[in-house]
Amino acid sequence: MINSLLDKNFEEVTLGFSKASAMEEANRCLYCYDAPCMRACPTSINVPSFIKKIASGNLKGSAKVILEANPMGASCARVCPTEELCEGACVMQKDDKPIKIGALQRYATDWVKNQDIPLFNAGVPNGKRIAIIGSGPAGLSAARELCRMGYEVTIFEAEKKAGGLNQHGIVSFRLPQEVVDWEVEQVRRLGATILTGKRVGKDVTCDELLENFDRIIVAVGMSKVPNLNIEGEMLEGVLDAIEFVKTTKQETVPQNMIGKKVVVIGAGNTAIDAATCAIRLGAASVKILYRRTANEMTAYPFEYEFAKQEGVEFQWLTSPKKVVGNEDGQVMALECVQMKLVDCYDRKDALLEVENSNFTIATDFVIRAIGQKRQVDLIQEFNIQQSNGIPSVDPVTLQTSNSKVYACGDVIYGNGYGDATVVSAVQQGKDCAYAIHHSLKQSSEIA
Amino acid sequence: MADLRINLAGIQSPNPFWLASAPPTNSGYQVQRAFEAGWGGAVWKTLGDPILNVSSRFAAVSFNGQKVAGFNNIELITDRPLEINLKEIYETKKRFPNHAIIASLMVEPKQEKWHEIVKRVEDVGVDGLELNFGCPHGMAERGMGAASGQVPELVEKQTYWAKEMAKTPVIVKLTPNITDITVTAEAAVRGGADAISMINTINSLAGVDLNTWNTIPHVGGKGAHGGYCGPAVKPIALNMVGECARSPHINLPISGIGGISNWQDAAEFLLMGATGVQVCTAAMHHGFRIVEDMIDGLNNYLDEKGITSVMDIVGQSVPKYSDWGNLDLNYKVVAEINNDKCIHCNKCYIACEDTSHQAIDLYHDASGLSQLKIREEDCVGCNLCSIVCPEEGAITMKEVKNTLPSMTWNERQEMLKVLNTTAEPIGK
Repeated sequence: MINSLLDKNFEEVTLGFSKASAMEEANRCLYCYDAPCMRACPTSINVPSFIKKIASGNLKGSAKVILEANPMGASCARVCPTEELCEGACVMQKDDKPIKIGALQRYATDWVKNQDIPLFNAGVPNGKRIAIIGSGPAGLSAARELCRMGYEVTIFEAEKKAGGLNQHGIVSFRLPQEVVDWEVEQVRRLGATILTGKRVGKDVTCDELLENFDRIIVAVGMSKVPNLNIEGEMLEGVLDAIEFVKTTKQETVPQNMIGKKVVVIGAGNTAIDAATCAIRLGAASVKILYRRTANEMTAYPFEYEFAKQEGVEFQWLTSPKKVVGNEDGQVMALECVQMKLVDCYDRKDALLEVENSNFTIATDFVIRAIGQKRQVDLIQEFNIQQSNGIPSVDPVTLQTSNSKVYACGDVIYGNGYGDATVVSAVQQGKDCAYAIHHSLKQSSEIA
Repeated sequence: MADLRINLAGIQSPNPFWLASAPPTNSGYQVQRAFEAGWGGAVWKTLGDPILNVSSRFAAVSFNGQKVAGFNNIELITDRPLEINLKEIYETKKRFPNHAIIASLMVEPKQEKWHEIVKRVEDVGVDGLELNFGCPHGMAERGMGAASGQVPELVEKQTYWAKEMAKTPVIVKLTPNITDITVTAEAAVRGGADAISMINTINSLAGVDLNTWNTIPHVGGKGAHGGYCGPAVKPIALNMVGECARSPHINLPISGIGGISNWQDAAEFLLMGATGVQVCTAAMHHGFRIVEDMIDGLNNYLDEKGITSVMDIVGQSVPKYSDWGNLDLNYKVVAEINNDKCIHCNKCYIACEDTSHQAIDLYHDASGLSQLKIREEDCVGCNLCSIVCPEEGAITMKEVKNTLPSMTWNERQEMLKVLNTTAEPIGK
């Protein structure tokens, strides 16, 4: 009983548009020329075109416009920070009423998903083989485009289920698994072989890939959350936010948080995900601790709003010092210190501890959400140039120092690739696919 | 509070808003409800020999999600016995003596038929008669309605027959399904009509069902053309009212009909020469209560303009309506874009570039925001950009001061004629 109630908490929060609402909203769109929303979309979806098609009752055409530009259009309709992208660029900002582009995109893609109409075909086989490591948004996007161009694509996925971040990392009340499964299925239908439970570097070596494939795309995303490097971190109840969110995406959600106190360290979008998941798992209180303030937090404003509405408490200028455990080795409390931001001319907003300000928060769980580590081992095994675990790539072709190896998605986030959004990963996947096609076409022409 | 009373060819009404002869005026119950709601008059659903109706009967046209932009019907005249209608007219008039009740009539084009029906309806106390020469469907196939309204001789003759017997004012309702409505309006004048009303509905087929391929509406899989009305027909009706109002050969009061949905539409018809208006589709869409704002809005408008009686605005725009040949060729407006108000949808640009005179430049500023600039020398002042612009005040059409005197096409042709005749001897 409790289980099914908790499971219900993880059903999608936002209900989609009804037909009437979608038509009303679609008809509100001005159908701009050289539209700013289209320019603001990393995948350049022709937004006015797909909205006009909803208004005209051509939902198949609408979904095709979306998915042509963005193979993960159904996911992005749900997880894109639209306020920052298309809806933020919409010309109808007066009275805060931009067109609800994300919701309309969901309406059209949901329609085609429910009808299960295939929109794209595999290209004529050209005999070239591409290996893609990772089946997240970047890998799937690259795979979809390569299949359409006639490549034989094999995707290696370490997890048991394909979908990457969308499958495991995004909370299911934002992005239900069935949407991700459908998107994976679309790529599989185009002929891509998706090998799940195959970790490159362990189940298959990089050399084997380099030997057996014409090109390799590294789209492995990021890794675990780093340690806090404080005492008591190995106690039972200290969790990695990414791993924690993953546990809520299984058949039935865990029940060990009911009535418990939870503290989340960090204030990015992952911290919000972890905190809201904890609330929905029945935690009695959930606090987000951040050593800076709301002004510096990296979570999107709408995520922050959502967390507050869910009942998450925010405690600013607070840094963890030590996790305190009981005799059974379980978390009991978190010792913290008060921080202060000091304006300095040379070092802007220096962060300092306030002397003698240590205090203790009683808690049963501490969830780390302070960024993600890099997939250093794999990058080293490929022996490609990198800095801080981030492969160096050509900014246009996304080619690494090994001309056969390309990289896209979160794995290259940080070195000039400014945002770690799903939609950017999708565009990079497309870019990789076109760059590979270009290079192989050229080499075959030369041959 | 302005005086909203009207006098249309001797028919008095507490306000200019009448319900047109149509489903809303089918019965005493409905007309009494309408009068309670505030309607000044009602033209009773057309009386004649009872007919049979079909199901279904109505269809509407939606535009971009807006319901009932246009409305289409294949319902015929009253399907209730004449005696019952007459009894209800009598009762309604007794209850609302100050409201106008006009009987709409349609019979075969025979003198004795007109005499008989005119006598019977006047006996129960109607304030006036409206001859239905306009209904375009069904009845027209039997030689009545629009079929007789399209033949000027029949309009004249039947008006004459009705007038032979009538003691109350006779309004002739004209069909728009004709090339020049002033021709039949003049026929009504010759027949002795006291007033004309227009327009009746326009021949129409509302749509085709894309799944069944049936017509919309259909009757068991078969359709027939209906009559079109509602907001979409207003410009057609307004022109016909204007053409009749400005004709020196007509000079009859006009009851304006066609797509009137609110007080603004009504005021436009009054300014273009109608003494009162008749409404149907708007009431069918929203109920009789819409008249409250029609009265309130018109009253506030008149008060704001300092006009004491609604009759004072009747026909004020008629002198401003003329032939193309009388327009000043030297008058010029150009578009002006206010980039502070512009929301950068670029609709003006693509409209002008693709479909008008390529007079707008589109470029982007350093931040990538579009900037739009009119090239005045290429702008013909067509209005298109300001029409498609969604932001009020972002594009205005401003008059360009011109040193040339006014010159119309007709004046120009006259002048050329004079020049050619005087130039001829020199040429020789």
